[in-house]
Amino acid sequence: MLDYLITLMPAMLSGLEVTLKIFFLTLVFSIPLGILVAVGRLSKIKPLVAVIQVYIWIMRGTPLLLQLIFIYFGLGLPTVGLQLERFTAALIAFVLNYAAYFAEIFRGGIESIDKGQYEAAKVLGFSPVQTFMRIVLPQVVKIVLPSVANEVITLVKDTALVYVVGLGELLRAGRIASNRDVSLVPFVVVGVFYLALTAILTKVFQQIEKRYAYYQ
Amino acid sequence: MVLKVEGLWKSFKTEQVLKDVGFSLQTGEILAIIGRSGSGKTTLLRCINNLVKCDRGSIMVDGIYLCRQVTDANGTKCVYAKGPEQLQIRKRLGMVFQSFNLFPHMSVLENIIEAPVRVFRVPRPEAEEKARRLLAMLELQDKEAAYPFELSGGQKQRVAIARACALNPLVMCLDEPTSALDPELREGIAQTIENLAAQGMGVLLITHDMVFAKRVAHRVIFMEEGEILAEGSKEEFFADINNERIKSFIAG
Ligand SMILES: Nc1ncnc2c1ncn2[C@@H]1O[C@H](COP(=O)(O)OP(=O)(O)O)[C@@H](O)[C@H]1O
Ligand SMILES: [Mg+2]
Repeated sequence: MLDYLITLMPAMLSGLEVTLKIFFLTLVFSIPLGILVAVGRLSKIKPLVAVIQVYIWIMRGTPLLLQLIFIYFGLGLPTVGLQLERFTAALIAFVLNYAAYFAEIFRGGIESIDKGQYEAAKVLGFSPVQTFMRIVLPQVVKIVLPSVANEVITLVKDTALVYVVGLGELLRAGRIASNRDVSLVPFVVVGVFYLALTAILTKVFQQIEKRYAYYQ
Repeated sequence: MVLKVEGLWKSFKTEQVLKDVGFSLQTGEILAIIGRSGSGKTTLLRCINNLVKCDRGSIMVDGIYLCRQVTDANGTKCVYAKGPEQLQIRKRLGMVFQSFNLFPHMSVLENIIEAPVRVFRVPRPEAEEKARRLLAMLELQDKEAAYPFELSGGQKQRVAIARACALNPLVMCLDEPTSALDPELREGIAQTIENLAAQGMGVLLITHDMVFAKRVAHRVIFMEEGEILAEGSKEEFFADINNERIKSFIAG
């Protein structure tokens, strides 16, 4: 049994690598983008607000799987002619989708900041950018942390969807091994990997929440 | 004269909140603006601090116009100072909000030095030294590392005063400084205000608390429905009230 598990590992680990790449790159791009989108959504620039509303509606109103298919296969059709690489297409779909969810989370957080905070910053001479970066955003981070943690855990599992564009992530590695060996064991291994990832992330977020517990 | 307000008008939608308000404030003077709740006192303070734009009138702080009335071929309008001038005015004005509006994620010391260091580029050690002197003056020397949620109302208020003092303002504005305090803390804040004035600040104090105004002010302005109904030195004001509306307000 142990021998069998060891023979599975190379394929599993290379699948894990793809999963982790999609996961981290999505986070790195979608969180800042989500914050920018949230700020744009709360701006007074009407056309921008309208565009963002449509964007969020599409991203939240259609399945991520469909968005993946659209960006990889749809844009690749001869009539459009924008054939992206598998990994690039998957990353773009994930970043656009997750930025929309993060934007809604951050919008709620920003809206919950008392307007007295903006006024205090203004009378002290802070520029709007300083006010946002030094006064508003640090408080928003604390407020949105639980929702962001949820979203991040969901992202770990959503990475399995990239199989549809033919990327060899963790779940796909499991399925190939399972079909080949006519065994459920590879799927059990895949499950254990996901559980380990989500356990680590839960711990990480607990630590971050603790770090933000110094004030109320 | 460190603050001069002339012919100030402000309306929200159809409601005329300030009607031709004008007064001036001298260095070292404590001016109390009193009046019922809803009479426009906070709005006046917010206009002076550029938190709302007035419709007409002029506001001058230490010789710099925040806004001034300009009449040309297109009529009369209110022109505001540009960014750099506004920043100069900011430095000369301190504002203590009714609910203090401390930054909850920053310690007491950080609350005080944030603007000097980030906005006005004061070297950090210098800003900290100044902050500690202010904290000592306000009897908060052991609270510099505390966070706002760990402080009592009176302590929060004194931190807000220290924060507003950090840029050596010439005018200190306080909105209802007694409203969030226990009665036994009123004497303390009165002495703090006198202390600021003794150091040469003009203090503009807004309150609906007659007793407190009588205790601390040098001069009193009475406002009702956005208008100044009476103005005078404290002695004149309280000795010689012949306006029925003011009498009824004082009688409570
Ligand atoms: N931002 C605002 N929008 C609309 N109305 C306002 C606003 N701020 C104040 N007001 C109105 O202006 C009037 C004066 O309010 P305020 O200046 O707060 O009075 P005071 O401080 O004397 O109690 C009130 O009727 C209030 O409803
Ligand atoms: Mg008020």
